[in-house]
Amino acid sequence: MFSDYSSTELISIFAMQGFAGLILFSVFVLMALGLAIIFGQMGVINMAHGEFMILGAYVTFLISNLFADFMPAIFSIYFFIAMIVAFFVCGAVGAFVEWSIIRHLYRRPLDTLLATWGLSLILQQLYRTVFGAREVGVTIPDWMMGSIPLTDIIEIPLNGVFVMCLTLIITLAVYFLMFKSRFGGQVRAVVQNRPMAGAVGINTEKVDRITFALGCGIAGIAGSAFTMIGSTGPTSGQLYIVDTFLVVVFGGAASLLGTIASAFTISQAQSTMEFFLSGSMSKVLTLLTVVIILMIRPQGLFALKLRK
Amino acid sequence: MANKDFLLAVEGLTVSFDGFKAVNDLSFYVEEEEIRVIIGPNGAGKTTVLDLICGKTKSTSGSIKFRGKELTKLNEHSIVHAGVGRKFQNPSIYEDLTVFENLELSFPRGRNVFGALAFKRDAEVMAAVEEVADTIFLTEFLGTTAGLLSHGQKQWLEIGMLLIQKPDLLMLDEPVAGMSVAERKQTAELLNRITKGRAVIVIEHDMQFVEDIAHRVTVMHQGKTLSEGSMERVKNDPKVVEVYLGH
Amino acid sequence: MSLQNFKSVFPKTDIYYFAILAVVIVVIMPLSMDIFRLNLVGKYLTYAFVALGLVLCWGYGGILSLGQGVFFGLGGYCMAMFLKLEASDPESTKIQSTPGIPDFMDWNQITELPWFWEPFYNLPFALIAVLVVPTIFAYIVGVAMFKRRVGGVYFAIITQALASILTILIIGQQGYTGGVNGITDLRTLLGWDIRTDSAKYILYFVNAGLLFTCLVIAQVVRKSKLGRLLVAMRDQEDRVRFSGYDVSNFKIFIFCLGAAFAAIGGAMFTLQVGFMSPSFVGIVPSIEMVIFCAVGGRLSIFGAVYGTLLVNWAKTTFSESFPELWLFAMGALFIAVVMAFPNGLAGIYKTHAQPFIKKIPKLIKELAEPRAHVKSGAQ
Repeated sequence: MFSDYSSTELISIFAMQGFAGLILFSVFVLMALGLAIIFGQMGVINMAHGEFMILGAYVTFLISNLFADFMPAIFSIYFFIAMIVAFFVCGAVGAFVEWSIIRHLYRRPLDTLLATWGLSLILQQLYRTVFGAREVGVTIPDWMMGSIPLTDIIEIPLNGVFVMCLTLIITLAVYFLMFKSRFGGQVRAVVQNRPMAGAVGINTEKVDRITFALGCGIAGIAGSAFTMIGSTGPTSGQLYIVDTFLVVVFGGAASLLGTIASAFTISQAQSTMEFFLSGSMSKVLTLLTVVIILMIRPQGLFALKLRK
Repeated sequence: MANKDFLLAVEGLTVSFDGFKAVNDLSFYVEEEEIRVIIGPNGAGKTTVLDLICGKTKSTSGSIKFRGKELTKLNEHSIVHAGVGRKFQNPSIYEDLTVFENLELSFPRGRNVFGALAFKRDAEVMAAVEEVADTIFLTEFLGTTAGLLSHGQKQWLEIGMLLIQKPDLLMLDEPVAGMSVAERKQTAELLNRITKGRAVIVIEHDMQFVEDIAHRVTVMHQGKTLSEGSMERVKNDPKVVEVYLGH
Repeated sequence: MSLQNFKSVFPKTDIYYFAILAVVIVVIMPLSMDIFRLNLVGKYLTYAFVALGLVLCWGYGGILSLGQGVFFGLGGYCMAMFLKLEASDPESTKIQSTPGIPDFMDWNQITELPWFWEPFYNLPFALIAVLVVPTIFAYIVGVAMFKRRVGGVYFAIITQALASILTILIIGQQGYTGGVNGITDLRTLLGWDIRTDSAKYILYFVNAGLLFTCLVIAQVVRKSKLGRLLVAMRDQEDRVRFSGYDVSNFKIFIFCLGAAFAAIGGAMFTLQVGFMSPSFVGIVPSIEMVIFCAVGGRLSIFGAVYGTLLVNWAKTTFSESFPELWLFAMGALFIAVVMAFPNGLAGIYKTHAQPFIKKIPKLIKELAEPRAHVKSGAQ
């Protein structure tokens, strides 16, 4: 399949597909970070995670309209405000969901899966009722338009670069929060030994709620970032949920580095193949490979051998 | 004495978890009809040894020979079929089923898929279940849902579930933990009775109980054998005294 | 089977439940509905096969598969391929550029029947394939997963991924599969027109017969030692393993059985509805089938049938009159059934209706008693 292209063309193709893969990688990482926190740390399967992401996207959409209508002068910075609002809105909804549903089901992971699926159906219909079934897009601020020409064939779109930088910053923030801060220590303490954590004075219920809310909040930021590279519809979240779960599981559920590495592998594989095969076949092949690898190595790529 | 004269010969057994050696070059031998008690401080690797023998954990190196048969290569159910039974630390019984059904499921027949489909509750099964129920003091509770039993009764039930398989080696992980004084006495008597024709390895912390039942004692420390012999000898071993009282 | 054995597998109350269900499906439904509605019920009942398999896998075995649509779909497609080939004889497809192959292949510039379609000219082969293809697929997945002790949520996610993969594959390879529209325009089975009202009646009863066969198989399995072992494994997997059982084989068996049930349902769906499409394979239908089972009660084989009928009836009614509300209702149903009614309709029946029903003979007696008193008073 390579013979039809010259070597410079091939390099350009790989570079461009690699870049497209990097954007997919950013979306995966942003979505998977929230999932990895919720699933990896709490053992909860949140099937509504995609809908939380879309909630962030809709919040961004609303705020961009708000700025366009009332504060056109500072329209160029609306995105940062939207991102912060999306984080808090999704976090608040997440905290409410944890309080009303999740906390009753901690010992029944399969049941949380079904309940959050129900929640995702409700949210999807809610979005459809409020925003309509058609996809909506936001106006990207001027400074994010355009692209940097690298060679005469390869061009790098600015919005993509921006989303990648954002991913990097958020990943670092999550890393410091989970592994270097006192809060992260408490979360891991609760995960490893709930009664003991409670006994040393950690409010385990509060930690659970904040952890879940944090995961949902990060999904909200992911949604915000998502609007910069694509449009949003009521069911856009569902498109990514299975892929993202595979990313998290493939990486070894509790490992942040694993999540990033697996998001990178999967997104690059998929987008490179996409150029040579049809989109659907490249997705089938990627997912199938991941599933087969998981059957051979169920603990994922990065997991310790533990004494049970 | 050659290896095959022992019922169980553990030699050079090592297992490491990410570099941490929970059991380190351990060797010990158990004779037929012997009651061996393994004691040692927390984290000495006692439960891990049982896990290794019954196949729950795979060893990194070393050998475990049962009647001359290498166990480290076998999977769990084949080890059970070879004649090794293992009771867990927390009573693990089927709480949703009755005592009768618990014992019946442990009866060694119809162990593959189609055998289980064709399995019939015949006179042989009934007799075996009743006999074991009598041994473990649960005759009156055969129809009771197992989840409703007291903690001590659950421990007995699990022992009964092993007895019905007539294993040659029985491994018990803290069988009297959480039992009342009366129940402990009954359990000691039970153990003494059921060792006829089989060997037993017991992990226990209760020293009085250990004195009551042990033929020989192995003291483990940091994954290794610290001392071995009769209770009397072990108690007076200065190394043991230091580990237990030294810090 | 000796009489005593029969009694242990089919206790009196279960015989009543079988009888009541039989009356509902075979007598009441056909008498009270026109053929359009009855055909709809027949379609719902094909999902009941899947829900029944889920009772065994999930309720008894604790294995939640979110990919049962895969097996439903494979069964349905095997049937559809046979019917499509019969509908695509050179005579009726003569306007195509390559007559004699299914129309969607012709639209996709395929000029020769692909090799894996060839054997589906043969009905016995197709019928065997309906059962064997999904079961072998389930066996492969089961061996790969259960031998390596993958279970719980990991199994759920991986089966879901499989459902997703198969859907994308079917849609992407439209020349071979009919794509997103599926295999449509099915007409005859060995010359017998399946679209007529009389054919629909007959297929409804065939479907009901097969469903009862599967119910009886499920009953035998759950009342056997294997059924008790599944319950034991669900709670204490290690204890079962260290009682000398190869736990994975039991899981593989029950997963394959569930897949075979689903496949029969899929094939009957194709026959009754007249097409098969990827919209019955993917993530959404697969998880919906889990909710049919959960609403009925994940531990009740009869509940699975009633639950399927109830949810689908509600879905049809709602989507006819309030399409907006249906997803809200469905979502709420998921949450409610998990949080408030984990044992579904069967659980509600057991805690509320059954004690009342048991009281009925007593009530009748009490009603009769005062009269006896009056009589004795009069004397």
